[in-house]
Amino acid sequence: MTGAAALIRLSAISKTYGSGQAAFQALKGIDLSVAAGEFVAIMGPSGSGKSTAMNILGCLDTPTTGRYEFQGVAVEGMTRNQRALLRRHYLGFVFQGFNLLARTTALENVELPLIYRGDPAGSRHQAARAALEQVGLKGWEHHSPNELSGGQQQRVAIARAIVTRPAVLLADEPTGNLDSRNSREIMDLIAALNRDLGITVLMVTHEPDMAAYASRVVHFVDGLVESDRHNGGHA
Amino acid sequence: MLWNTLLLALRAIRRNLMRSFLTVLGIVIGVAAVITMVTLGNGATQSVSDQIAGMGSNLLMLRPGQRFGPGSEGAPNFKDTDIEAIRNQIGSIEAVAPVVNKTATAVYQAKNWSTVVTGSSNDYFQAGNWVIASGRSFSEAEERAGKAVCVIGETVRDKLFGRRNPVGSEIRIKQFACEVIGLLKSRGQSAMGSDQDDAVVMPLHTVQRRLTGNLDVNMIMISVRNSAAIDAVKDQVTRLLRERRNIAENEEDDFRVMDPRQISETLTGTTRILTMLLGAVAAVSLLVGGIGIMNIMLVSVTERTREIGIRLAIGALEREVLLQFLIEAVVLSSLGGLIGIALATGATIGLARLMGIPFLFDAGINLLSFLFSAAIGVLFGFFPARRAARLDPIEALRHE
Repeated sequence: MTGAAALIRLSAISKTYGSGQAAFQALKGIDLSVAAGEFVAIMGPSGSGKSTAMNILGCLDTPTTGRYEFQGVAVEGMTRNQRALLRRHYLGFVFQGFNLLARTTALENVELPLIYRGDPAGSRHQAARAALEQVGLKGWEHHSPNELSGGQQQRVAIARAIVTRPAVLLADEPTGNLDSRNSREIMDLIAALNRDLGITVLMVTHEPDMAAYASRVVHFVDGLVESDRHNGGHA
Repeated sequence: MLWNTLLLALRAIRRNLMRSFLTVLGIVIGVAAVITMVTLGNGATQSVSDQIAGMGSNLLMLRPGQRFGPGSEGAPNFKDTDIEAIRNQIGSIEAVAPVVNKTATAVYQAKNWSTVVTGSSNDYFQAGNWVIASGRSFSEAEERAGKAVCVIGETVRDKLFGRRNPVGSEIRIKQFACEVIGLLKSRGQSAMGSDQDDAVVMPLHTVQRRLTGNLDVNMIMISVRNSAAIDAVKDQVTRLLRERRNIAENEEDDFRVMDPRQISETLTGTTRILTMLLGAVAAVSLLVGGIGIMNIMLVSVTERTREIGIRLAIGALEREVLLQFLIEAVVLSSLGGLIGIALATGATIGLARLMGIPFLFDAGINLLSFLFSAAIGVLFGFFPARRAARLDPIEALRHE
C-alpha cells in the first residue's frame, strides 16, 4: 500500500443499482490502492461486490460515488468513449468464458485489439505472433477456437490481453472453466507475465489455490473490503 | 479507422458465409428482377420500332373507313383509278401501290397451305421494303394483262416446296394455275406478331379478276421520296381523295391515312409503360430484399451480442462498432447487387434470345440498381448497427 506511486487508487467508491425502494447497494465505500507490478487476487462470496468492483476497475462501469484515479488521472467522470480508449491502451481483459471470436483464427483473435488501435498490418502480425509465442502457442496461429482445448483457448485470450502491452491485466475467474492441470498452467503463465513483464494483475477468483499465486489477497464481503493482506510469496 | 473497420467487417462476413449469402439473397433477386425486366422491356421496345421501320421508309397507308383496323366496313373501297390519280397529281412520291388482300389456299402437288394473296404492283415491293431473294418481280405486260404469275414469301415456299427453289414451278390457287416467278427475302414476324413471310403477291388485275371479282382496292401504300415531305403528301392525298369520293366540306373523311411512325410511337409508348410497370414491381421486391437485410442484421446483432461485448471491452469505440455493422450491411447489399447484375445479365441474354428480341445492355439501370442496393444497405443497416453500438459491454459479455 504505497501512497503517491499508486497505479490505481479507489477512494470511497460506492455503486448503487436501481433507485428508491428497489435500490441495491453493491459497493458501500471501497478504498483500494494498487501499485504498479502487484498481483492482486480479489476473493469473496457471491454478491460480495467483487464483480462490480472488477467492472469499475476495468472501466467497463462507472461508480455511483467516489473517486477512481488511474495513473493519477480521475476516470470516474469519463465518457463512454474515453473509457473505451483507456481500455484500449492500458487494460487487458481475460474472462472465465475465454470470449474469443468463434470461427476466427487464434492469430486474428489476438490481432483484434491492435486493429482497433490502428496498427499497420505488418507490425500487427508480428506482435500477434510474438504474443502467441509468449503464451506457448507457437504453431497454433491458424487454429480457430473450436480446434483448441480450453486451456489453449484461455492462452489465446491472454495473448489477446497482453498484445497491446497493457499496464493492467484484469482476469475474471480465469481458471473457472478449466481442470486443475490447465488451471495451474494458466496461473503459472499469469504469474510469469506479472513477474517478467511487470504487468499489474487484478484477478477475481473464489479458489484459494489460485489466490495463492497472487502477492496480495483482498477479501470482499457485503460490498466492503473485509481483509487486505500480502502473501508470503509466489506459490 | 475506415480501413481497419472495413477489415473487421470483411472478416465478420467471412466468418458467417452461409448467413451472409442468405442475407443478400433478397437483394440479389430484387436487383436481378429489376435489371431483367427493364432490359427485356427495352429490347422489346427496340424490336417493335425496328420492325415498324422495316415496313418501309417514309410510308403512308390509306384505308377506307374512319379507323385503323375493324370498323372500316361501311366506307367504300378505293378504285383502280384512285391509284392513277394519286400517281399523276401528287409530287414527291416514289411509289404508289394498290393492295387487295384475299385469303386463299395455295396447292403444290400433294401439299396445300392457306395463305393471304395480295394483289398489287411492283411498287408494292418498293413501298414495303421487300427484296426479291431469287427470281424476278412482275413485268409491265404481266401487270397490265393480269397474268397468272406470283412472287411468294419464305413461309409459303417452305410449306409447299420445302428447301427447293420454287421459281419456275406452278402452284394452284383456287381454280387457276399460277407460275412462281420470284421468292421474297425472309422478314420474320411483324410488330403485331403476324408472319410477314406468309404471303403470295400477284398483279392487281389477276387478283381482281380471278379472286375478288371486282375492281375494289382495299388499301393504298404510298412511299414518299423524303421524310420531310410526308406531312405535305398526307394533306394532298387527303384533299384529292375527299374530292374523288365526293365528301362534302362539313363531312368527315371516310378513309384514313396512317403513318407508321405514329404506329411506332404508339406501340413503343405502350411497351415503355409496361417496362416501367414491371420495373416498379421488381423494385418493390428490391425493397423487400432490403427489409430482409435489416431483419437478418437485427437477428445477427442479437446473436453476436457477446462478440460485440468483447469488441467493446477490448476498446472499440461506439462509432467503430456502428461503422463495422454498417459496412457489413453495405458490403453485403452491394455484393448482392453485383451478384444480381451478373445473374440478370445471364438471364437477360438467354431470355432475349428465347423471345427473339435484341439484348440491349443498359449501363444506366445496372448502375442505378447497384447504387440502390448499396443505399439499401446504409438505410436498413443503420438501425441494427446503432443497436449494436449502444450495447452495454457488461450486459453484452454476460449474454449467453
